[in-house]
Amino acid sequence: MPIFTKWHAAKNELKKWRYPTYWDMIALCLVLGTITLLALGAKGMATPYHLGEPIPISLDPVNLPYYAFRSVLRMGIAMIVSLLFTFIVGTAAAKSTHAERFIIPSIDILQSVPVLGYLSITVIAFIALFPNSLLGPEFAAIFVIFTAQVWNMTLSFYQSLKSVPTDLQEAARVLQLSAWQRFWRLDAPFAMPGLLWNVMMSMSGSWFFVVASEAITVNNQEITLPGIGSYIALAIQQADMHAIVYAIIAMFMVILLYDQMLFRPLNQWIDKFKFEQLSEEPTSSSWVITLFQHAKWLRHSGRFLVVIWNYFVNFPLFRLKPVAAPHKTEWKQSVSHFSVVLWYILLIAALVVALATLIHFVFSSVTLKEAGHVTWLGFVTAFRVTAMVLLSSIIWIPLGVWIGLRPSVARIAQPIIQFAASFPVNLFYPIMVFIIVTYGLNVDVWSSPLMILGAQWYIAFNVIAGVIALPKDLHQAAGSLDLKGWLWWKRFILPGIFPYYVTGAITAAGGAWNASIVAEVLNWGSTHLVATGLGAYVTQQSIIGDFPRLALGICIMCFYVLVFNKVLWRPLYRMATGRFSLN
Amino acid sequence: MTETTTTLIKVRRVSKSFKKGEEQSLLVLDDLNLSLKSGEIVALLGKSGSGKSTLLRIIAGLVSPSKGQVTYQGNPITGPIQGLSMVFQSFALFPWLTVLQNVELGLEAQGIPPSERRTRALKAIDIIGLDGFESAYPKELSGGMRQRVGFARALVVDPHVMLMDEPFSALDPLTAEDLRNDLLGLWQDKKTNIQSILIVTHNIEEAAILADRIIVFSSNPGKIRGEIKVDLPRPRNTEDDKFRGIIDDIYTLMTASSKPHLGLGGERVKLIEQIGYRLPKVEVSQLTGFLDTLNSPDYQQKIDLPELADDLSLDVNELFLLTEALEILHFAHVSKGDIELTAAGRTFSNADMLKKKEIFASHLIQYIPLARHIKRVLDERPGHRASENRFLTELEDQLSEEAASEVLEIIIDWGRYAELFAYDYNAGVLSLENPE
Repeated sequence: MPIFTKWHAAKNELKKWRYPTYWDMIALCLVLGTITLLALGAKGMATPYHLGEPIPISLDPVNLPYYAFRSVLRMGIAMIVSLLFTFIVGTAAAKSTHAERFIIPSIDILQSVPVLGYLSITVIAFIALFPNSLLGPEFAAIFVIFTAQVWNMTLSFYQSLKSVPTDLQEAARVLQLSAWQRFWRLDAPFAMPGLLWNVMMSMSGSWFFVVASEAITVNNQEITLPGIGSYIALAIQQADMHAIVYAIIAMFMVILLYDQMLFRPLNQWIDKFKFEQLSEEPTSSSWVITLFQHAKWLRHSGRFLVVIWNYFVNFPLFRLKPVAAPHKTEWKQSVSHFSVVLWYILLIAALVVALATLIHFVFSSVTLKEAGHVTWLGFVTAFRVTAMVLLSSIIWIPLGVWIGLRPSVARIAQPIIQFAASFPVNLFYPIMVFIIVTYGLNVDVWSSPLMILGAQWYIAFNVIAGVIALPKDLHQAAGSLDLKGWLWWKRFILPGIFPYYVTGAITAAGGAWNASIVAEVLNWGSTHLVATGLGAYVTQQSIIGDFPRLALGICIMCFYVLVFNKVLWRPLYRMATGRFSLN
Repeated sequence: MTETTTTLIKVRRVSKSFKKGEEQSLLVLDDLNLSLKSGEIVALLGKSGSGKSTLLRIIAGLVSPSKGQVTYQGNPITGPIQGLSMVFQSFALFPWLTVLQNVELGLEAQGIPPSERRTRALKAIDIIGLDGFESAYPKELSGGMRQRVGFARALVVDPHVMLMDEPFSALDPLTAEDLRNDLLGLWQDKKTNIQSILIVTHNIEEAAILADRIIVFSSNPGKIRGEIKVDLPRPRNTEDDKFRGIIDDIYTLMTASSKPHLGLGGERVKLIEQIGYRLPKVEVSQLTGFLDTLNSPDYQQKIDLPELADDLSLDVNELFLLTEALEILHFAHVSKGDIELTAAGRTFSNADMLKKKEIFASHLIQYIPLARHIKRVLDERPGHRASENRFLTELEDQLSEEAASEVLEIIIDWGRYAELFAYDYNAGVLSLENPE
């Protein structure tokens, strides 16, 4: 094959085709297995289905691998859609000022809408879109996972595109790359480290929603998609502790697998896109990459992929050059000026109409007094979120500093915490119900920790990372000045880790808001515990299918999150990046 | 040159101003004329901020001029075109592409088939001496090797004109010399189809080593101050008398004062009148150190600038910033490539720390309109406090946003040293108080 020989010539490598090795066999099994599984999953997703029909879920642990696979598949599809969305919308926002003014505030609002709120609203629409097929609920679940993943990815991509170094931009222009080539050769690779990091964050965070979105009750209709989430829902319904344990084990295996198969290879691959190798620690190693490097045929097909990739980037149709704009005539200028004004008028009109419709829809059945009550519920949940973020800060700042100061401990603790962060904590909720019921505890108080159970790890992780990132000479200076006790905390550690802590706390607060929808209503068999709060309100309205009240609840939660962001987190973040930044 | 020369690039009455706000604009280049002929290397020499890089980008089609026109072989340039390629100060390599892929990129853009791409890229890599590094990533390479990749990438598209934006200034002196020699070798052996090179530099010696013509820029706005022809055979001997003579000529041209004023002691000094004067970015410690050096017994009254640059191993850019700062503060004056301390300059250098601050403060008030202005505003305000934004807006009337904040930063640095005023970084407030 001529293509391969050329590569050999360029890379000075062995030209001889060796006999297949064990590596080849393992890799072959991996690839064939993946293909078979994908076909199986696709078949399962397109099964005929009518609303109201029960979908059989079995608690037999034999079925768990298949259920887990279906859940992973949903996650994967959502991720692909998220990436497409990111490439298109993120690029549009970065390249066009007019699009930017509309997209960025929209994402800001969209990401403060509780993720599970999307589910209740969209599932009916999706079922109507695909009548007589399970594809409707499937897509609703995938859509929810998508909304849990996509916003931070798009924002990160947009911010990266906005900060492509001027010299590289100029080089791309002098070399006369087409817009298509420029995107794949300059923009996308430059944004890759930030994007991949956000992909990993998103995937970790979205397990929670995968589990929560598979078994849903909307409008008194129970839909259970085959998946690990439905398995857990059934286990909770039947109060089957064994099944819960099986599910936890299965989830553990899934996360371990994708950590090994996906995150580690990605982590190693990211290094290629970084400008300089900054980290002193040895680059992360991955057995999957080793495997792919050792299996000859995989390497060859890898090269084949490179050739295809190059063809894709240089696809003739997309080689249209950006035409150098000659000076605009006055007439053209006024036309483009006019169309811009028109665009904004349309945008504002659409916004007003949408708002009016929403208000009319909500207040056609909800009284102002009830709206006031829902706002109060929102306040209760806001108080809970704040208290829990504070509580986990009080626990994790000292603990994180302790760990961060001991490199050997940190090396062990960091992967564990990363792992814990991606574990869907809703699996542990039944245990809390059990405790509350057994000891007769107050639901309003004791359901609160569940909200932060998953989100606390972001604080822990960031505090540890912050301590590690503090320069050694600062540690030594603090030591030689004999800073001790409170002074050491006040003048050295706390300001030092502040930027990291703020980042962690913002993520944790967001996670807690999202979790409130699940954490304020707890079920175990025939036991139903309901805490006072906005999350419980949204869940209950969703179950009975009262859409005006559901919309009200979601809007108010969205409002609270936005206010917290503007009043508290943004200023703190600005302070962190300005005054407390080490650079 | 034996062959007939043709004009490749013609710059006609080009001005460039950057828009600020609705009405205002900032003039960076003022009515420039220039032509580039085949068979010559031309250097554009000037201090930073003289607009020489902007001119290069206008020629490359990256920036469009506000007025005037640039033509390449008679056709107006409205965007990047084939035939011109560019080498960047920062190399501008794509870190995720290998050396080979980086070099191939320009050919990819032209839609050249893969096999031909490879052959041509390998040839360019061969010419520039990068054999064996084809599959390396830029971050594995040293600065010199990286710039070689930059050269190969510019060469592979077979340009007629090579535009170079300070290509050696990010390299250490030895590497820079090595690469310069290789560039001259390439030029003289005629291994490529390059007919002309236009190089932007702030290194005087570099310009004299490379160029057939040196065009000296003056700043604010960028204008051509003059042109010096270098009629010496290559390779040029930097110790040669003729060569030294040319260096002296360049210094003289660069330090020629446009408007001489008479100072207190009857000396010729530089007087600035505007608040928005583009202050040189020099730290106080550099300034005092430089003054002490000039005042040391090693030097005589008048000091030859080329010699000084050599002794202190100062980049010309740094040297001119320092001399400009001394000049506007009336601590020294410069003419015909020589610098001489004023009486005040000597007193300052001999004074102790407190006295130094006093002298510095009085010179700031007397000679730097911006310092005088800030002090007056703070004196007049009841609370003796003012937001930095207030001054920033004023400066932005006369300077670009970037330059305005730089100038304000400089005056804050100088003013704090002189204890003229205090500054709170977090609040962005200037005041007369001392910190609690």
